[in-house]
Amino acid sequence: MNEMVKMVVVLTVLSCVSGGSLAFIRQNTARQIEYQQLKFVKGPAIMAILKGISNNPIEDRFKIKDGEVERSFYVGIVDGEPKYVAFESSGGGFGGPVGLIIGVDLTTDKILGVGVTTHSETPGVGARAKTDPDFVAQFGGLPFKGEFKVTTDGGQIDALSGATVTSRGVCAGVTEAIKIYERLKDQIKEKVKAFK
Amino acid sequence: MAKSIAQEFTKGLWQEIPPFRLVLGLCPTLAVTKTVENGIGMGVATTFVLVFSNILVAALRKLIPSKVRIACFIIIIATFVTVVELLMQAYAYGLFMKLGIFIPLIVVNCIVLGRAEAFASKNGIVASTADGLGIGIGFTLSLAALAAVRELLGSGSLTIWGDLSFQVMGPSFKPFTFMIQAPGAFICLGLMLCLMNLVGSK
Repeated sequence: MNEMVKMVVVLTVLSCVSGGSLAFIRQNTARQIEYQQLKFVKGPAIMAILKGISNNPIEDRFKIKDGEVERSFYVGIVDGEPKYVAFESSGGGFGGPVGLIIGVDLTTDKILGVGVTTHSETPGVGARAKTDPDFVAQFGGLPFKGEFKVTTDGGQIDALSGATVTSRGVCAGVTEAIKIYERLKDQIKEKVKAFK
Repeated sequence: MAKSIAQEFTKGLWQEIPPFRLVLGLCPTLAVTKTVENGIGMGVATTFVLVFSNILVAALRKLIPSKVRIACFIIIIATFVTVVELLMQAYAYGLFMKLGIFIPLIVVNCIVLGRAEAFASKNGIVASTADGLGIGIGFTLSLAALAAVRELLGSGSLTIWGDLSFQVMGPSFKPFTFMIQAPGAFICLGLMLCLMNLVGSK
């Protein structure tokens, strides 16, 4: 009986100490990890969309609470004015959600560009949404309002051949981004003033 | 204790060098040795886990009831592996992306559990530290050597760390891409094991 108690006590104490120290380390590295992920995964996509900016949008970012979730916005400064903003959205693709970064020109409300970040689409088919620059380039310069659809659904975006579901997912993600933008527009415009 | 601390340390470098002498931990050995950088990164991460788990197991060896010792060792090892994973994400994200799933898999690396069970649970803290460090450095050297052969033949280059990369072979060299695929890893490891046995048997 004594040994039984000892086993339980040792395992419990060991697990508690382990869990506690991991929580401590996680808390202390969380910011750094978030920064690294931005730098290596989302950063290149943001930099490709926000062209001709003079700042580092990874560092000049802010968060806005949108209901339950917190959304990050990346600011692009042109000629000393915070003119561009990029943020994340996602739409349902063929193999799961397709993560998008959308850049918007705040002065004209036009799309600067769309980039695919994380996805689990079929390589060579749906994955071309990320690798084929011509597909996402269709969004560039279009007004950032209303709803985006592929041409077969009566919309304005030519779907990737053989990957209609993925193309619809990207359109849905952009449409979702429009809703987010319209919901938070006033807060975004207020917040970017701090980056002058 | 008959052996000195120095002997505990140096045995990991030749006498019991993993994975050539102790044929353990083959999964990471075969999987990550595509470039020297990956080999060294994996080796350093494993060394960190080995040294700290050995220290902790040696320190707690009298407290841990023998019936649940494996569970206790795994908790200790898993804790340090998660620490490595978090630190690598925070400070070496590029390497983390390359090693990917093989970092969390250090938990099931037989070398780590093997040293905890075979050595650290029976010896003192200082000897266990020396043992962990020796085996870890031996493992790192082995991975680097295996990776050097594979990368040299498979890609014609040597990537030591980050930007420190050399294109060893000239432009006319046709990469022997078989070497950086899985079968190449097995054959290369087999040949190196054979070489080690040949040298060691004399």
